[in-house]
Amino acid sequence: MNPFSSGTRLRDMIRAIRACKTAAEERAVVRKECAAIRAAINENDQDYRHRNLAKLMFIHMLGYPTHFGQMECLKLIASTGFPEKRIGYLGLMLLLDERQEVLMLVTNSLKQDLNHSNQYIVGLALCALGNISSAEMARDLAPDVERLLQFRDPNIRKKAALCSIRIIKKVPDLAENFMNPASSLLKEKHHGVLITGVQLCTDLCKVSSEALEYFRENCIEGLVKTLRDIANSPYSPEYDIAGITDPFLHIRLLKLLRILGQGDAGASDCMTDILAQVASRTESNKNAGNAILYECVETIMSIEDNGGLRVLAINILGRFLSNRDNNIRYVGLNMLMKAIMVDAKAVQRHRATILECVKDSDASIQKRALELVYLLVNESNVKPLTKELIEYLEVSDQEFKGDITAKICSLVEKFSPAKIWYIDQMLKVLSEAGNFVKDEVWHALIIVISNASDLHGYTVRALYRVFQASTEQESLVRVAVWCVGEYGDMLVNNVGMLDIEEPITVTESDAVDAMEVAIKCQRLGLTTKAMALIALFKLSSRFPSCSERIKDIIVQNKRSLVLELQQRSIEFSCILQKHQNIRSALVERMPILDEKTFSGKKAGSLPTAVSTSSIIPCNLPNGIGKPAAAPIGDLLDLSSDDAPPAPVSSGGDFLQDLLGVDLSPASAPSGTSQSPKTGTDVLLDLLSIGTSPSVQSSSSAIDILSSSHDNKAPVSNLNGLASHSSLSANATSPASSAGMMDLLDGTGAITQKHEENGPAYPSLVAYESSTLRMTFNFSRQPGNPQTTFIQATFTNLSPNVYNDFLFQAAVPKFLQLHLDPASSNTLPASGNGSITQCLKVTNTQHGKKSLVMRIRIAYKTNDKDVLEEGQINNFPRDL
Amino acid sequence: MIHFVLLISRQGKVRLTKWYSPYSQKERTKVIRELGGVILNRGPKLCNFVDWRGFKVVYKRYASLYFCMCIDQDDNELEVLEIIHHFVEILDRYFGSVCELDLIFNFHKAYYILDELLLAGELQESSKKTVARLIAAQDSLVETAKEQASSISNIIAQATK
Repeated sequence: MNPFSSGTRLRDMIRAIRACKTAAEERAVVRKECAAIRAAINENDQDYRHRNLAKLMFIHMLGYPTHFGQMECLKLIASTGFPEKRIGYLGLMLLLDERQEVLMLVTNSLKQDLNHSNQYIVGLALCALGNISSAEMARDLAPDVERLLQFRDPNIRKKAALCSIRIIKKVPDLAENFMNPASSLLKEKHHGVLITGVQLCTDLCKVSSEALEYFRENCIEGLVKTLRDIANSPYSPEYDIAGITDPFLHIRLLKLLRILGQGDAGASDCMTDILAQVASRTESNKNAGNAILYECVETIMSIEDNGGLRVLAINILGRFLSNRDNNIRYVGLNMLMKAIMVDAKAVQRHRATILECVKDSDASIQKRALELVYLLVNESNVKPLTKELIEYLEVSDQEFKGDITAKICSLVEKFSPAKIWYIDQMLKVLSEAGNFVKDEVWHALIIVISNASDLHGYTVRALYRVFQASTEQESLVRVAVWCVGEYGDMLVNNVGMLDIEEPITVTESDAVDAMEVAIKCQRLGLTTKAMALIALFKLSSRFPSCSERIKDIIVQNKRSLVLELQQRSIEFSCILQKHQNIRSALVERMPILDEKTFSGKKAGSLPTAVSTSSIIPCNLPNGIGKPAAAPIGDLLDLSSDDAPPAPVSSGGDFLQDLLGVDLSPASAPSGTSQSPKTGTDVLLDLLSIGTSPSVQSSSSAIDILSSSHDNKAPVSNLNGLASHSSLSANATSPASSAGMMDLLDGTGAITQKHEENGPAYPSLVAYESSTLRMTFNFSRQPGNPQTTFIQATFTNLSPNVYNDFLFQAAVPKFLQLHLDPASSNTLPASGNGSITQCLKVTNTQHGKKSLVMRIRIAYKTNDKDVLEEGQINNFPRDL
Repeated sequence: MIHFVLLISRQGKVRLTKWYSPYSQKERTKVIRELGGVILNRGPKLCNFVDWRGFKVVYKRYASLYFCMCIDQDDNELEVLEIIHHFVEILDRYFGSVCELDLIFNFHKAYYILDELLLAGELQESSKKTVARLIAAQDSLVETAKEQASSISNIIAQATK
C-alpha cells in the first residue's frame, strides 16, 4: 500500500479534465473531484493530503473555488517531512493571499521553519513569507529574517534578502534594522546574494531617507568597483548572456547607483567614469546589451549633470529610435520622455522620428510617441506638429481617435498663436473626429468664435461649407448650427470677407435648408435639434424673406413626439404669430461671451455663492437697449429692486450664457438664500428635457424658495425673455401678464412635471454614533414614485482617520436596493471632509409600506477594525 | 517589481499564475481575461510591451505559450524580457526541451522552479546552474522521503500480514 500511487492520481485527474469536450463536462469532473477531496478532508485523511492539495491547485488554476482546501495547506506545513511542507507552502502561496485571515494561523509554523535545521525547509519558509506575508507577519518574523541574512549558505542569504524587501515594504519602520546587514551583502562574491543585496539596498533607499544617506556615505565606492569588475570580467559561462557577464547584476547596480547619485554631486562624480565605460563599451546588438544601455542612460539622465555623459546618453537614445526592433524603439521613446525634462533641445532634434512613431502600426508605440509629441509641443513648433497630428487623425484607428483629439484640442488651446488659426484647427478636428471630442471642447470653441468679432463672417462661412460636406460629426453640426443662428446674415451677405477665403454664394433659403436638415436628420441628437430650432427662430428675424417658411418648419415640429421640441415649437410659433413687435428684440445676437467666466467655470473656481441663471427681476428696466456687444455683467446691473430672485444655481454650463440668461458673479444678490450649487448640465435645464439632474436642481430650489414655482429654469428662461422685452414689466407671476400667459400657453406639461416632482424631502440624519454620522438626502425621478434616490453623506466625528471605509445596507424583500460606488474609502478625521455614496431604492409597495433599511458600516482606525450597525426606520412616510 | 507572472496558452488557457501583489480571486480572473484578450490579439511583429492600467506588461511567446510579467512603469522592460528567457531556459533544461504538456502535468514543478528564480517579485538568481542544482537537491529530498515511506509501509504491510 503505497500512499503515492493509489486512488485517482493527479496525472489521471488532469487527463480526465483535458479529455472533456465541453465546459459542462469539465465542471462535472471538477465537481466530482472536489467532492472526493472534501470527503477526504472531512475524514482527516493524512496519506493523500498532499496529493489532494496538488489537485486543488490545478483546479484553482482553472478558476474554480478552492477555499475549502486552505486549512489543508496549514496542516501540511505543520507536518514534519520535506515533501509535505514543500507542497503545503506551494498551496499556501497559490490558494491564499495576504488578506485572508487564515494566513495568521501559519505564523507559528513559519517561525519554526525559519529556524529549522534543514536549509531547504528554511528556504521554503522564506519563500512563502516573501511572497505573501501580511504586515503583521512581517513585523512578527522580521528578527528571524534579519538573522538569516547572515546564514552560512548563500542561497538562504539571497532568499532572506528578498524576503526583507517584502518586510520593509509592509512595515517601513523596520528599515533601519536592515541597513547594516544589507550593506554587508554588497561585499559578497556570490552573484545571487549580490543581486538580491543590491535590490534590498535599492528598496531600503526608497522607504527610508536615512538608509539612502547611509549607503551614499558607505557604499558608493564599493558599488562602483563591483560594477567595474563585472563589466571587465572575462567570459564566465555560468553567468554569460550574449557575451555579457550577468546583465541582471549590471542593471541592478546601475539602478542603485542612480538612486544614490540623484541630487548628490559628489556621489554622481564617483560614478562618472564607470557610467561612461558602460555606455560606450556595451555591445548593442543583443537584447541583454540594450537592456544595460537603457538602464545606463536612465542613470545618466537622473544623476547630477556631468557634461559629456548626457551627450553620450542622448546619442544612445537616437540609435534606439532608429533601431528596427520595435522593443528598442519603445524603450527609446519611453526614455526620451524622461530626457525631455533634462534636455528638451536634444529631444527636439528627434522630432521627425518621433512623429514617424505616432504613425507606427503598433498601438503601444503609437501611444508612447503621442505622449511624447504632446510634451514636445511649444509656441514655436505648434503649427507643424498640429498639422502632422491632424493629418494622422484622418488615418488613425477608431479606438485611438478619442485620445488623439483630446491631445490636439488641448495643444491648440494652449499654444494657439492666433484666433483664426485656432478656429481653423478646431474645425479640422471637429470635422474629422467631432464625435470624439468632449462637450467642453466645442463650448470653448463657441466662446472663442463669439469673441473674435472680426472673424464671425469667416467662421460661419467656413462652418457652413463643412456642414454642407457632411453632418456625420455631431459636435461640428452643433457649432455650425449655433453660428448660423447667430451670424446667418453674415453668411448670406459675405460680410467680413478675408483675402484667403474663396467667395461663396449662400442664399437665405440655403441657410434655412441647412437648419432644416439638422432638425430632420435622424442621426442627430435632441440637443442638436433643439439648437437648430433656436437657430431657425433667430433666422426668422434675420431673413424676413424666409420667415413664412421658417414658421412652417416650426409649426411642423409642434407635432414632434419629443416633448422638448414640441414645447419650443409651440412657444416659438406663438411668438411668431402674436408678438411680431418683440420678436426682433428676443432674437437679438448674443452678447460676447465672457472667456474668463467660462474658463473659471471650467476650472470649477466659481465661488459657490454665485447664482447664475433664472434671476427674474420683475421691474426690469430692460437691457435690450444696450448694445449687443456689452458684457453680460452690464445686463445685470438691472437686477435690483424688490424681486425675489430664484437662485437656481448651477455649476454651470455656458449654454445658459448662450441664451443670455446668465448673470455674472457680481449680480448675485446679497441677502438671498443661495441654493446648493449643482453641477447640472444647464443645457438640460434650459431645454427641460426632464432627465433627473435638471429636475433635481429645480426641486432643490423648492426647498429654499417658497415663491419659486414660477422661477423654475425652463420656464424662467422664457420669463427672462419676456421681461427683457419689457412687456411683462410688473409681472410677479406668469399669470399676471398677458404676454406671459401666451408664452406659457403650452407649458402645462412642464408645470405638471414639477408637481409630479412632489414635495421635497428634508434631509435625514439616518445614523449617528459618537464616532460617525450618516445623513440621507432624498430625490425622486418624476413619474416614478416608486424609486427614490438617496445620497448618503458620511462624516467622521472622531479625531482619527478612517480607512477602508465600507458601507453596506440591507432591505426587506418588497424593496430593491442598488448601491453605487462610494466617493472614497478614506474618511478624514473630525469632519474635515466626507464620503458620499448614492443609493437607489425601489419600493414595490409604494404607498402601502414605507422604507426601512438595516445598515452596517465597517472601517479601520488606528489599525483596528471597527464595525457599526444600525437600523433606519425614520424615513419619510411616503417614500 | 514584478506584480504577477502569467503563462497563457494560445487558446487562452491559463498554465501558471503567480501573484506577488495582492489581487482578490475576482480581480485575478478579470486580469487574466483582460490581458489574455489584449496579448493574444497582438500581431507577431509588434513590440513585446503593453501599457495596462498604469503598469506595463511584458510578454513573449514561446511556441504555443505566452509568458507575461506585469511590472511598474519605471522598471526595465528589456531586462524583464531577459528574465522571461532565463526562466524558459531553466524550464527547458529541467524538462529537456520543455513543451506545454510538461507544464500541464508537472505544473507544481514549474512553480518550484519559478520560486527559485523569483521571490517577492524580484529576481533571485542569475545562474541557471544554481537554480538547477537547488531544484535537483530538493527533488532528491522528496525521492528519499518517498523511498523511506514506501519501505516503512512495506515493513508494516509485511509485519501485519
